[in-house]
This record gives sequence, structure tokens and C-alpha cells, in this order.
Amino acid sequence: LSATPEIPKEDGRPKWDNKFQYILSCIGFAVGLGNVWRFPYLCQIHGGGAFLIPYFIALLLEGIPLLHLELALGQCLRKGSIGAWNTISPYLGGIGVGSWMVSILVSLYYNTVLTWVMWYFINSFQEPLPWSVCPLNENRTGFNEECYESTAVNYFWYRKTLNITPDIAESGTLQWWLILCLATCWAIVYLCTIRGIETTGKAIYVTAIFPYLVLTIFLIQGLTLPGATDGLIYLFTPNLNILKNPRVWLDAATQIFFSLSLAFGGLIAFSSYNPSKNDCEKDAVTVAIVNSVTSLYASIPVFSVLGFKATTAYQDCLDRNIISIINEFDLPEESIMRQNYTTWINFLNSSYPEKIAGLKLKSCDLQEFLAQSVSGTGLAFIVFTQAIILMPGSQAWAILFFIMLFSLGLSSMFGNIEGVFTPLLELRIISKSAPKELLSGIICIISFLIALCFTLGSGSYWIDIFDRYADSVPLLFIAFFEVIGVVYIYKIKRFSKDVKWMTGRKLNLYWQITWRFISPLLLLIVFMAFVTLQMQKPSSYTAWNPKYEGFPMKEEKVYPPWVQAICVLLAALPCVCVPLVALFQLVKQKHRNKGPSFVPPEVFSCQGANS
Amino acid sequence: YAWDANEEYLFKAMVAFAMRRYSSKSTTQISNVLLCNVTDRVSFWFVVTDSSKNVTTVPGSEVEAAIRMNRNRINSAFLLSDKTLQFLKITSTLSPPVEPSTPVWLIVFGVVLCLVVAGILFLIVSGIQKRKKKNKESTERENLEEKVEVTLENGIPCEALDLKAGHSNGVFAADDERFTSL
Repeated sequence: LSATPEIPKEDGRPKWDNKFQYILSCIGFAVGLGNVWRFPYLCQIHGGGAFLIPYFIALLLEGIPLLHLELALGQCLRKGSIGAWNTISPYLGGIGVGSWMVSILVSLYYNTVLTWVMWYFINSFQEPLPWSVCPLNENRTGFNEECYESTAVNYFWYRKTLNITPDIAESGTLQWWLILCLATCWAIVYLCTIRGIETTGKAIYVTAIFPYLVLTIFLIQGLTLPGATDGLIYLFTPNLNILKNPRVWLDAATQIFFSLSLAFGGLIAFSSYNPSKNDCEKDAVTVAIVNSVTSLYASIPVFSVLGFKATTAYQDCLDRNIISIINEFDLPEESIMRQNYTTWINFLNSSYPEKIAGLKLKSCDLQEFLAQSVSGTGLAFIVFTQAIILMPGSQAWAILFFIMLFSLGLSSMFGNIEGVFTPLLELRIISKSAPKELLSGIICIISFLIALCFTLGSGSYWIDIFDRYADSVPLLFIAFFEVIGVVYIYKIKRFSKDVKWMTGRKLNLYWQITWRFISPLLLLIVFMAFVTLQMQKPSSYTAWNPKYEGFPMKEEKVYPPWVQAICVLLAALPCVCVPLVALFQLVKQKHRNKGPSFVPPEVFSCQGANS
Repeated sequence: YAWDANEEYLFKAMVAFAMRRYSSKSTTQISNVLLCNVTDRVSFWFVVTDSSKNVTTVPGSEVEAAIRMNRNRINSAFLLSDKTLQFLKITSTLSPPVEPSTPVWLIVFGVVLCLVVAGILFLIVSGIQKRKKKNKESTERENLEEKVEVTLENGIPCEALDLKAGHSNGVFAADDERFTSL
């Protein structure tokens, strides 16, 4: 059979409409909620501008090589994660199964986060915003107690949205409003992924580009807010001493790794729909750099807004102190202003120290307000919403902000769902004549039903668990075996030839060194360090308990043993697939051959795979 | 605005007005309201005397109730609010936030859900239609190619052979492959 020219395109595999769609999908998958609410937080607590140094080193040594590896793999083998790893070696099929499992687990809980975003979005159409005022108590003499002790924003998040239980063991009831939003979110995901990349390719134009527009709008708005410069200075002031702390390097490595959405199988699925002769090297570098630049770009409006919020809180603090002083000393109105507050305080402290002490004034320090750093859902749903109330035209800003978060999350969901969908399609779970819409529908409905448990009262505790255990350790494990599998089992010489065939250029020294030595070593170190740190920290969580003495501080609680068992299961299940499948294949070979058990991967390469 | 004697006069008038409305006696005069301890902070004590009962002061609870009833009138007279014009010991009843009959979020949610469901139905229906068209096309193409095959393979059309009392040769019939494989 002679080499048929360009027939591979007619093998019935769907393909991208154009290259731009593919790049946008990869960028959309990589750029997610973490770029907005995790990177600025890390920058802030790890010495501001100095954090960029370990971040970019990790990008060069770990992010770009791994990304290139996955994209080249998918493009060469033209199969989803399970099929691709089975093709490389049946013993490595477990890697594909592990990736597939992680994609499932992450899709389940990620869409629930989008449910929360959607809930806030549809509540942003009210005037005044529902998280800006506390509801009244029964006899209308004051505010609801839980709301009064914490803040209206906290109350709306913990009570009105989550209706959270004080303990993870108390499941509470299903919250019907969250179920409605969850159903809508899964319907939207179904709508966009109904025919695989045919439909996500169209949807990605909107969901990947829109967040950049909104970020730009927020950037312009944020920079004009008072106090924005304080926030930005605080964020970017480099503190080079921080580099001595190994924790910073670990955080940089893990942030790059998780931010690029590696080891999910979604990137392999995306690049498998590419034509074979595509420059995957350039694609990888482009996607990685755009992801990092987006993180930086997003941190500017985030920190402008946080600086604005800190400044407003500081001014409120000052004003409250001024009022109490004026009331106490019966001074005329406007005698003490913010500017001369310190001089007045010093004067009064020296003349009437007992009176001042009796007033119990809170010390107002701008740096202290700026240092209150939050990441994750706390940043979006508590801190940012509070800042939005203070801006003029809050409804519009709230609507824009939540649509942006929704688009960011949705484009990442596409990648997750593709990581689940493509291998299933190839495994021929349903017959070939059945439409693709049926498979995606089944995936969405089953996921919706399982995700209903996240709408319980204790749902957000479970999402934290999934985020901490299913979304971290297994990925590092799988990625390590990915690199080892390609470089040492498939043999890097063969892979170099394949990549050269695809891109037209020889693999240069940078890729050789990073793939062979640096990336696997780095992954191993990061994995060990990460697991050690997780095990050192007692597995505890903070619970929102209105009956706690220290309320509104959250109560530290320890996970009960059955929950800890689930945590370990979540982390171990995808990892254990790798050795299990290898063992299974070994047993199967022994039964079949009864001879030499290890069959070296047959002579096979990218060119051969297509004919 | 500055606080001067005219404002004090207005305040006395408002308190008298409140007392009149509350107790519906029209005997309270402005002269019944006494201010004392006026400070620069603009804070002061005031009492209301009852001229009919010989210079006794009206009990505090009555004054409180009267002011509570007419709080918003007093506030608007001074262009102030509950926060800026404070009566110590009189807590204001807060007005509940305006609640529309259907919560707004349900409306928005309904709109979003309808749009999404419409999109899904549209895509599914168009997929079914496309598939039907593809099936129809492929059967048409098969018919066309069969006709071509018949005329190419033999000088005699197979149909003619079939219709005449002949046995169809299993070797040539029901052969899926149009071309022999290499």
C-alpha cells in the first residue's frame, strides 16, 4: 500500500475550521478562573514583583516543555488521551485512563463554581444589589443578626447563596435555587459541546475573547478609582528576600502547572483534531505565553479594585473614629478631617489619655487593609462584590464581572468536557450510527445528577475537597509519567523524528534537555514536596458557624475520618489507574504469549499512523 | 447650612408640631419646647412642657413616641436623614427594602433558560435534518452508481438478466466492493 497523499483528512475525524479556533480553544482552556483569582493572590503574598522570577523560570523549564509534549502527542497520534496512550504502549494506557478520570472529577465540581457565578449574575439585575443591604429581623428594629455581625456581602454568600451548614457532616438540604442554576449551567455546557468541536469551536470565539474585553474595561475603570495606585504599588513592589523561601518556588511551579491545564487529556484531544503537519512547537509557546501574560494583565484590575476597597475601608475607619471623637469631646463638625486626624489624635492622647482609651478606637492602617489577601471564591464573591457596591453604576459592573467569570470558566469547561468526550467517542461506547449529540447529552445529564450533591448545604466544603485533592496530586503524578512514557518508553529519538515531520524543524537543544532531564526531575521534586506539605498540614477546614464564639471568624474544624478516606480516594483513584492498567496488560500478555512478556512497541510513527 | 437661632426656632416648631399630631391637642406652643446645653457640635437637650398642667414636663416616653411617629417629617424639614439627625434613645424602625412581587432573579433566570433550551432544540433539530439529508443523498448516490455499474459491467443490463428466467450468480451479486482490492 503506497503512501496515499493527504487522504488522512478524509478519515472522518472532525477538524477545526481554522487554526485560530484551535489556538483560541487551547488558550481558553488554559486561561481560567485561576488566572484571575489565584495568580494575583500568590503575587501578593510572595513578595510582589519578585514572584515573577520563579514564575517565569518555572514557565521555561516546566510549563512550555510539558505543553509542547502534550500538543505534539495529540497531533501525532490523532486520538484522545486513552487511545493515544494505548497506542504508545498498552502498558501506558493507564495514563490515559487516569487523565480521563481527573477530567470527569474536575468537570463535576467546576461547573458548580460556574453555578455560583450564574446565581450572582442573575442577581445583579436588582437595584439595590442584594448583597449590599442586610435584611431586617422580625420586628424590624434592626438588621438580621447573622448579617449584622458579619457583613452583608458575607451574609449573602454564606446564607442566601450557599445556605451553608456549620459542619461538613451535616449535609443540609438541596437548595432549589442552586439546582435551577446548575441545570441551566449544564444546559449551556450541553448547548456548546453538543457536537464536540464543531460547536465549541464556534462558541469559543465568544467565550475566549469576551473576558479580555471585560478585563480591559475593568482595567480602565480600576485605574481611575481612588486608591488604585496604592493597591498596584503594594502588589508589584518586589521583595527579593522572599526568593530564599522554598515555598515560593513550589507555589510558582504548581501555579504554572495547574494554570496551563496540563495532564487533563483535554489538550491532547484538542490537538488530535489538527492536521498532522502543524507547527505544534509554535502553538505551545504561544499558548503558554498568552496564558502567563493574561495572568499578569488580570492582576492589574484586580489589584486596582482591591486597592480601592482598602482605601475606602481605611477612610471609613477614620471617619468612624472621627465621629466618636467629635461626639465625645463635643467638637464642632468638620474640625477633625482625615488629613489632620493624626495630629489631633496625638494632641488628644497627650491631654486626655483616659478618654481616648475609653473610646476604644480601632487603629486604622492602610497597609493592614491592603494586606488582607484572599484568593479563590472569597476574592470573587466576597471581596470583589463588596468593592463593586462602592463603585458608581454597580449593577453594570457586577453584570460585566460575572459574565466575564462565567466565560472564563466556560471555556475551561470545554476543555474538560472534550477530555471526557473524545476518548469515549473513540472507545465506541455507543454505536457509530447513534448521533454524537446523544453521547454529549448522556455525559451532561449524568454529570448534572452527580453534581446535585454539591448543591447541598455542605456543598462548598465538598468542592474545596475536590479542588484540593482531585485537582492537584493526580495531575502531577500523571504528568510525570507522561514525560517518562514519551521520553524513555516511546524513546525520544523517535519522538524527535515525529515532531520534525510535523513541524518541519529539528528539535533543538532546549526541548531535548528539558524533556529528557529537567522536566521529569522538576516534576518529581514538585510532586514530593507537594505531597509532603499536604500531609504535614492537618487536614482541616474552616467552617462558617454563626453559633461560634469567634463569629464572624470562621471556625477551624478537622475532617471526620470518613471524609479523610474520601479525600485519599479522590487523590489516589486516578493515580492508581497507571499501575493497575500496566499490571492488567502484563497479566493479559502472560496469558496470551506464555513467552517473552514485554513486547517492545512496534515500529510505528506519526507518518505510519495516518496511512 | 449653619446652625443658628432660626434653625433652633424651626426645631422647636417641628417638635411642637409632632406633639400636636401625636396627642391631638392643639395646645402645645413653640414656647413649650425648651432647649438647653447647646454645643458647637450641634447637640442639645430639649424638654417639652405642658402649659395646661402648670410647667410640668411631658413624660419622655410620650415625646419619644411623638417624634418616632413624625420622624420623616422632622428629617425632611432639616434636609437630613436618620443617620445625620440622631435622637439618642429613639431607635428608628427601618423600612424594609422594596421587594417586587416576583423576584427579579427569577425573571432573568427564566429568560436565560428559555434562550438556552431554544438553542439546544435548534441544534438537535438541525442535526436530525442534516442527517436525514445525508442519508437521502447517500441512497441517491448509491442508486446512481448502481445504474452506472450495471451498464459498465456487462453489455446486458443485469435487470434484464434477472427478469428473464435466470439464476443470479452469487459470485457477482451482493458484492459490497465496487473495486477489487489491491
